[in-house]
Amino acid sequence: MVIAVIVVVCLVAGLIFFAGGTLGLLRFPDFYTRLHPAGKLDTSGALLVLLGLAVYQLFPLTLGSVLTGLKLMLIVVFIFLASPTATHAIVDAGFRAGLESWKKGDPRR
Amino acid sequence: MKKNAPEQPKLDLPPIEEGKGSASPYVATFIIMLGVWCLLSGRFDAFHLGLGVLSSALVSYFSADLLFSGPLTGRTLRMAFGFLGYLPWLLYQIMLAALHLLYLSFHPRMLELIDPQVIRFRSRLKSDVAQVTFANSITLTPGTITIYVNFHRDFSVHAIDRFSGEGLPGEMERRIARAFGEE
Repeated sequence: MVIAVIVVVCLVAGLIFFAGGTLGLLRFPDFYTRLHPAGKLDTSGALLVLLGLAVYQLFPLTLGSVLTGLKLMLIVVFIFLASPTATHAIVDAGFRAGLESWKKGDPRR
Repeated sequence: MKKNAPEQPKLDLPPIEEGKGSASPYVATFIIMLGVWCLLSGRFDAFHLGLGVLSSALVSYFSADLLFSGPLTGRTLRMAFGFLGYLPWLLYQIMLAALHLLYLSFHPRMLELIDPQVIRFRSRLKSDVAQVTFANSITLTPGTITIYVNFHRDFSVHAIDRFSGEGLPGEMERRIARAFGEE
């Protein structure tokens, strides 16, 4: 019962983060600001959803379920390594190409 | 005709140390690879473990220098544990700042709240690993993205509003310096 509550809270919070990331991607005004929600709310969302799934399949506790949980956490580790690196590469490409940053008061792009 | 190449700025690069025949990087890589193998295979009979040992040995023979660039010392271990100790704080910061970004992206008058700016500062972290950790931590903390880090440890960071950027370099750099034993 407690497990179910933890799982549901994790999954719902993760989905809210994903929804916020998508909404931010659509609403923010320019290239650089859009990357903020795209690169990071998605990372936090993935962490929460995968954590929820790992807890969900952990019981009954066997070697197999522990291994599966660890594999899910391994996915989180790789996402946490890859996502900021990719975000940084995209932002860097934008700056190198000379794209101007949005300033307060400009229209949305 | 050879053109005169522009003068390169003098860089105080650490001398590249060739492998001195120390076995410790190979052993450590082997153990890590075998651990990942066991985790991913989930079968513990002689056949699968044998394959794991064989392939881990091959991988560590070919690419131990990718994972550890020098012989392992007590300092490497301390850095690994320091990094583990740094992770919970990082996760807490990520969640805190993710909530801030979530608030921004759902806010009806979001355009009035954000004020993107580029922050520049010079870091005092010395080792490559510490700088990469710092850059990736900045990017993971929502509201700030590392644009680039140059050789002179100048960081450029894109912050989405004043609130997100004002903590830099500050506490995060201090904690990373402590985690990697640079204090």
